[in-house]
Amino acid sequence: MAREVDARGLLCPEPVLLTKRVMDTMDSGAIKVLVSHTAARENVSRLAENKGWRIEVTEQGEDILLLLQK
Amino acid sequence: MSKRLLILAAGGTLGLMAVILVLLGNPANMGYCIACFLRDITGGLGFQRAVPVQYIRPEIIGLVLGAFFTSLATKEFRSVGGSSAFTRFILGFIAMIGMLVFLGCPVRAVLRLAGGDLNAGVGLIGLVAGVLIGVQFLKNGFTLGRAVPQQRGNGYLFTGLMVVLLILLLAQPAFIFFSEQGPGSMAAPIWIALGAGLIVGIMAQRSRLCMVGGIRDYIFFRDGHLLYGFVAIFIVALIGNLAVGAFKIGFEGQPVAHTDGLWNFLGMTLAGWAAVLLGGCPLRQLVAAGEGNTDCAVTIMGIMAGAAVAHNFGLAASPAGVPVAGQVAVILGMLAVAVIGILNRPAAVTGGASIGKGS
Repeated sequence: MAREVDARGLLCPEPVLLTKRVMDTMDSGAIKVLVSHTAARENVSRLAENKGWRIEVTEQGEDILLLLQK
Repeated sequence: MSKRLLILAAGGTLGLMAVILVLLGNPANMGYCIACFLRDITGGLGFQRAVPVQYIRPEIIGLVLGAFFTSLATKEFRSVGGSSAFTRFILGFIAMIGMLVFLGCPVRAVLRLAGGDLNAGVGLIGLVAGVLIGVQFLKNGFTLGRAVPQQRGNGYLFTGLMVVLLILLLAQPAFIFFSEQGPGSMAAPIWIALGAGLIVGIMAQRSRLCMVGGIRDYIFFRDGHLLYGFVAIFIVALIGNLAVGAFKIGFEGQPVAHTDGLWNFLGMTLAGWAAVLLGGCPLRQLVAAGEGNTDCAVTIMGIMAGAAVAHNFGLAASPAGVPVAGQVAVILGMLAVAVIGILNRPAAVTGGASIGKGS
């Protein structure tokens, strides 16, 4: 069961902060992060990469869904 | 890795353009300064009446146009807004008071340091202090809330305003103010400045270059990505200044600067603190406004209103120093940012309002 972070419409660093808060509570699993601009996508991706999570990006209409897995 | 190259290229381009623009006529150590140029535009439109700092700076127009067209081309343009717009106006206003007490935005602080102006080093330490304070508020759940999608036309308005500015600059109607002496009278040729703005706008949009964001992300996540842009600006501008003989190290007699360390520090502390709560420095706000973020457009209006008040009511510093009224304004600004910071913490109440909601 993937945890979900809805960071739509938030400016940086909030999407990264919210994602990190969820990450810090789990050692492995899946997190779905929904963001609405590419700056947030890149920042969340960078955090995930640095922490060793795999990233899958899909467009969801105007928004971007990142599936993080470890 | 390409992202790293991109941010280095963006910073390097800005640093290089800054040196070239000064060679071609811009004020010393002011090849590129978002705060100073917005202040000049405010004066050019007659909203502030400080005679030496009035001009419609094409660098700003080019920067926004560059970010706008790039975001259209990459389909990243999004018309959004509704994230505490008036609070952002106030924070922009206050940040500008701080920047005009220091005499520059974070970009110019780096450029000043690259020209040997050590007062800028004091300002940059103040900027880091301000970011540190702002980060504490973010850690405690500070948020200005979500922006939501708006009708597409809303996102075009800010860029439209830049086109109007360009027309005013070219047509030079009688009601526009252009300085005849002082920094406002010193300018690179219009088309070169516009082109330099365009290039920096494109690079900044692609790389998300942000000075305040760089310091913030390093403090928060030990993520140095955006800081590389910062470093690239400094190194390229330093080499450029050394090459053209524009480097002069010291505190005294630096161009468009004062030596009051305390207020250089506190002015930038205020700017950094407010900018972190806004999500980025003035450069980033301009780029985001070009990308269709109307909240960031409102922030720029706040910055320009701050410029008008700072100059019309004698708050802004000059090479002679910082007026007492400006010192009082910085302290009051800090109180106001603290109050805004404390009031906007709904996430602290709910333990992270956004976590766990369905998509």
